[in-house]
Amino acid sequence: MFTRGLKRKCVGHEEDMEGALAGLKTVSSYSLQRQSLLDMSLVKLQLCHMLVEPNLCRSVLIANTVRQIQEEMTQDGTWRSVTPQEAGRAPLDRLVSTEILCRSAWEQEGARPAPGLGDGHVQGPVSDLCPVTSAQAPRHPQSGIWELDSPREDRGGFHKSLDQIFETLETKNPGCMEELFSDVDSPYYDLDTVLTGMVGGARPGPCEGLEGLAPATPGPSSSCKSDLGELDHVVEILVET
Amino acid sequence: MAGARGGGCPAGRNDFQWCFSQVKGAIDEDVAEADIISTVEFNYSGDLLATGDKGGRVVIFQREQENKSRPHSRGEYNVYSTFQSHEPEFDYLKSLEIEEKINKIRWLPQQNAAHFLLSTNDKTIKLWKISERDKRAEGYNLKDEDGRLRDPFRITALRVPILKPMDLMVEASPRRIFANAHTYHINSISVNSDHETYLSADDLRINLWHLEITDRSFNIVDIKPANMEELTEVITAAEFHPHQCNVFVYSSSKGTIRLCDMRSSALCDRHSKFFEEPEDPSSRSFFSEIISSISDVKFSHSGRYMMSRDYLSVKVWDLNMESRPLETHQVHEYLRSKLCSLYENDCIFDKFECCWNGSDSAIMTGSYNNFFRMFDRDTRRDVTLEASRESSKPRASLKPRKVCTGGKRKKDEISVDSLDFNKKILHTAWHPADSVIAVAATNNLYIFQGKIN
Repeated sequence: MFTRGLKRKCVGHEEDMEGALAGLKTVSSYSLQRQSLLDMSLVKLQLCHMLVEPNLCRSVLIANTVRQIQEEMTQDGTWRSVTPQEAGRAPLDRLVSTEILCRSAWEQEGARPAPGLGDGHVQGPVSDLCPVTSAQAPRHPQSGIWELDSPREDRGGFHKSLDQIFETLETKNPGCMEELFSDVDSPYYDLDTVLTGMVGGARPGPCEGLEGLAPATPGPSSSCKSDLGELDHVVEILVET
Repeated sequence: MAGARGGGCPAGRNDFQWCFSQVKGAIDEDVAEADIISTVEFNYSGDLLATGDKGGRVVIFQREQENKSRPHSRGEYNVYSTFQSHEPEFDYLKSLEIEEKINKIRWLPQQNAAHFLLSTNDKTIKLWKISERDKRAEGYNLKDEDGRLRDPFRITALRVPILKPMDLMVEASPRRIFANAHTYHINSISVNSDHETYLSADDLRINLWHLEITDRSFNIVDIKPANMEELTEVITAAEFHPHQCNVFVYSSSKGTIRLCDMRSSALCDRHSKFFEEPEDPSSRSFFSEIISSISDVKFSHSGRYMMSRDYLSVKVWDLNMESRPLETHQVHEYLRSKLCSLYENDCIFDKFECCWNGSDSAIMTGSYNNFFRMFDRDTRRDVTLEASRESSKPRASLKPRKVCTGGKRKKDEISVDSLDFNKKILHTAWHPADSVIAVAATNNLYIFQGKIN
């Protein structure tokens, strides 16, 4: 049922109390159960990317469940330790939005098969992290669970465990997108992706709390410059040929 | 017919029994996906019973007139018409397949000899006309014997054709196609009491249509957030009030029901009434929201009440009381301790429907293991029955079933762990006047009739 390689998070303080009262064993088993529910939910969200047309109601309910678990784990302090500079933020800021959750799950799954298989997602407005317009839609199945319009890249052999995704969400500073994919083969940017992203224009201001997560698409305005560099490079190649 | 008028009180009377009447569909164990029934609906008189399946087909059964020479076939339903309503489509823009599965069928009230119904898949609604032809005009002298048209100047006699009887032919023809108005999957359609308009609802929007106009619809509810990342709630069902043509309700995945009045504004984003039962904090779990998601909402025939179905219960609401339901009936409370497993195998997302009897004195809904449940609102009694081939002897009365929740299992009881979760009864329908019910069990349609012994 669970994806291979998934680590079960073991809350640090549990081991200390292992030798203590028996009642605490229920605490740790609750944490394990909660963790396994979280893992199961994330796998389900991944699976819905494989369906032709995911059931939106089911996806929303699963995503809400993940968010609930995340909230509770944040309050418990089991959702990674909160770094000092982030301590002042409200827990909600740290929560991953529905769309990102599903996107993370998709990223973990790796390269997608050819278009035509269809991820089956519904049309929707372009999110802050997916500034690509609908001109992109006919070419590529989208990455987000709600969004049709976001483009995709061929990730090659990119795999990332769920743990690493969430780790990235919590510990990365804004703008450290490059580090998220540092161990990845250099991404292949489809010319259309890059061009359309430029034409569509990036939305200003990434979402609160989501800076640490790099989208699978040309990102918000802060990454425009690097994209323009890529664009120049690509155009150069075209011109030469 | 021995059935009590008004729909029958199934559990109320000791002498009232539900009996097997008919079963439609293939018997073999291998069920073709396309044959799975996805909707069941009686028409206003109850003489016609329509089913839709995953293969996009509609089958209409007609009730036989009572015939003294064949008393045993009284009230039997036989196939009246079969047609392909929807075909699978491919949306090239989104690289998506559009399923041909019929999500809902709703009949229009009969206004002339023909019958009309609306059928819908995820994206397109169609208005079908079902008409009978039992006469043929004969006696034309406009053609030669070999079929060629005769030169008009050579026709010297006027012959009026005569209508001659022929074998009954039932034709279904699509009269209107209402397309391209839904981005998300249509879950409900509902004909208005004005008989001119109807609504269609998808996960995020509800549209109002005029039956004559296919190129335009009015959006009356839109809960799509500006930022899709904020999406946490979807529309799960919608229905027009049976008498007030300006009132409709819609339910959500968060267990809420909103009643809207179309007179208040063009876009009914603000509800007139908001029905939600406060959550019981003692039973809160990670699955609380999922099981509170409403899968069906139905007004009573009287229009005074409505019923909502969530995963474990059916609730009857008084339209004048928003704070809590009038009645809550547990369908299969024994599943509450199994929610994690049901989440794992996705059963927790099953959408069960519910229905009222003709007099609003009883309600019915489905469960697993081909069980279905009936609740008598007057006597407060309930019963669990099973739709199975084993209990399908002609006119055999159904034996009440019981699920054993723990401890010693009595004879004839079935334990929770033995329930077959692949045998789910999601769709049931109750005859508008008589004690006749139709229960869809995967690819089979069971018809049961009530009798007073």
